[in-house]
Amino acid sequence: MNTKLIFGIARSMMMARLGQTLVAAVGVSFSIAMFITLLSFMNGLNDLLDGLIVNRTPHIRLYNEIKPSENQPINTASAFKDSYNFISSVKSGISRQEIYNSGPILQAVQSDPRVLGATPKLTAQVFFNEGTIDITGVINGVDVEEEMRLFKFRDYVTAGSAIDAKNVANSIILGKGLAEILAADIGDVVQVTTVQGERFPLKVVGYFQSGIQEIDKVQSYASIVTTQKLIGKPANYMTDIQVKLHDLEIAPAVAQEYSTKFAIDAEDIQTANSQFETGSNVRSIISYAVGITLLIVAGFGIFNILNMMIYEKMDSIAILKATGFSGRDVNMVFLVIALSIGFFGGMVGLLFGFIFSVIIDNIPFVTAALPTIKTYPVNYSPVFYFIGGFFSLITTYFAGFFPARKASKVDPVEIIRGK
Amino acid sequence: MQETILEARHIVKEFHDPVTVQVLTDITFKVNKGEFVSVIGKSGCGKSTLLYILSTMDTDYKGELLIDQELMTGRSDVELARIRNEKIGFVFQFHYLLNEFSVIRNVMLPGLKLGKYSEQEVEHRALEKLKMLGIEHLASQKAYRISGGEKQRVAIARAMINDPHIVMGDEPTGNLDTKNSEHVFDIFKELAEVHNQTLLIVTHDQSFAERSGRIIEMEDGRIIRH
Repeated sequence: MNTKLIFGIARSMMMARLGQTLVAAVGVSFSIAMFITLLSFMNGLNDLLDGLIVNRTPHIRLYNEIKPSENQPINTASAFKDSYNFISSVKSGISRQEIYNSGPILQAVQSDPRVLGATPKLTAQVFFNEGTIDITGVINGVDVEEEMRLFKFRDYVTAGSAIDAKNVANSIILGKGLAEILAADIGDVVQVTTVQGERFPLKVVGYFQSGIQEIDKVQSYASIVTTQKLIGKPANYMTDIQVKLHDLEIAPAVAQEYSTKFAIDAEDIQTANSQFETGSNVRSIISYAVGITLLIVAGFGIFNILNMMIYEKMDSIAILKATGFSGRDVNMVFLVIALSIGFFGGMVGLLFGFIFSVIIDNIPFVTAALPTIKTYPVNYSPVFYFIGGFFSLITTYFAGFFPARKASKVDPVEIIRGK
Repeated sequence: MQETILEARHIVKEFHDPVTVQVLTDITFKVNKGEFVSVIGKSGCGKSTLLYILSTMDTDYKGELLIDQELMTGRSDVELARIRNEKIGFVFQFHYLLNEFSVIRNVMLPGLKLGKYSEQEVEHRALEKLKMLGIEHLASQKAYRISGGEKQRVAIARAMINDPHIVMGDEPTGNLDTKNSEHVFDIFKELAEVHNQTLLIVTHDQSFAERSGRIIEMEDGRIIRH
């Protein structure tokens, strides 16, 4: 019932000290703007760096690892059950790199509702023949369309067209470094020798650049059909199934499940790339810490200004109390002042934070290592804006809390008599 | 029998800092509706202290205080604030207007706080009070722009806005020149006689007191004449 009145009084008090109020609000705006800018930029950078790995890495990789059997025959023999058996020079048994039963597994995985997509992959070791020199390399046979959909393959093909790997028969997309070594232009034909000793001509339809030089010097991509032909295997031959999930977080659990269900090796992305997560987290923590420090500093500014305002307004507080405003009303007035500063300062701060982010987003940032990046990366997640807005209110509330309580405890008798 | 507006029963007040001093001793009296009462006494006799107790702003005393036949002693801060708002009008020695607000707004504030009337009605009532005191032309002025005598009249208008049971004044003419003092006194007199307004005014202006309806004289924390 008194809300309007309280707001009216708060407003008048702020207008009477417009300069100070604006300084306090600008402090909040500045810190919120910096908070937003910092977080957007940091997270943009994080996403970029993570993307380098995460975009190109399946959440779960299903494969057949060549390793010695865990259950050596002697361990199952009843005669040696109670003894401790030492076996030296254990060798892998007759096992193939191929995934057994690949077709049904692929189908089963693709129909799993948690899975965004699954695509086969076939890795073949080859030699690229440059005159008399053989250069070792790897051809990844992929389902080009699925690779484009799930792993942003197109982004990394910097010259030529990714889909041509599928549309042009016997074609290959070379890593940028590899293409330079081979001096192969798009449209040229390169000679490839397989491990089995067969020679094969492949037409170059594009360059591929991952941003990691060492990879670009050895990797190349071809359609899975071409690769199967290359190494003389049937159409169901594949060495990996790459799975992308809707939710990256459940990868370890799903990997575990597939491993037992299909009797296959399964590696999840968290295990394969744990260091990247750690890096991102540390960067996030640093940017949050800096942002919140800025806000707290702004909070102290508000605290000071409100305290001063209360000393100046002692008479007004006394008179409000004498004419029937309770301590709670006075408390409300000063909290409203603090929160208004926080709210409007925060709003302006969010706006400026957004503007600064847009500016950063338009600063050119060209580097050979990152072919897809043209400007500095910025993450415009609304989460930062929520946190920023929320914290601007929280800090100003606490900054206003103690001065407001002090104001509410002002004894009107002392002020009025003291004159 | 006349209606009792204010009643003090055996009020005792002590200051404890730095040593215990008894300021008020066994104050007992009644004020009836429509009375114009002056409280006089020498400086330091405790008349202001008594006024602050009677106005419910000071709650640290022994004894009982009744306003409008309701016991005030021991009530909460919020309740007392409401009672001050509704039943007591206050005029101070120093005008104590809120400089952030215009004159009309100053008068309206306690009315808005009471929330009994809509904002338009409160504004209308405030204008009426100002008109009654002959200062309606100042309504839209900022409070710090008007003269001392005018400020005191605005303060009286503010004290009247909620039609209080009693208007209390702490040396309301103490800071004014003779002409303005006279004017303020006339206003009080008119309030008492024409509008039957109960008034309790602390003053040390002897001529002011003598012309009021009733005098309570204090000395050393006691009432010696009432």
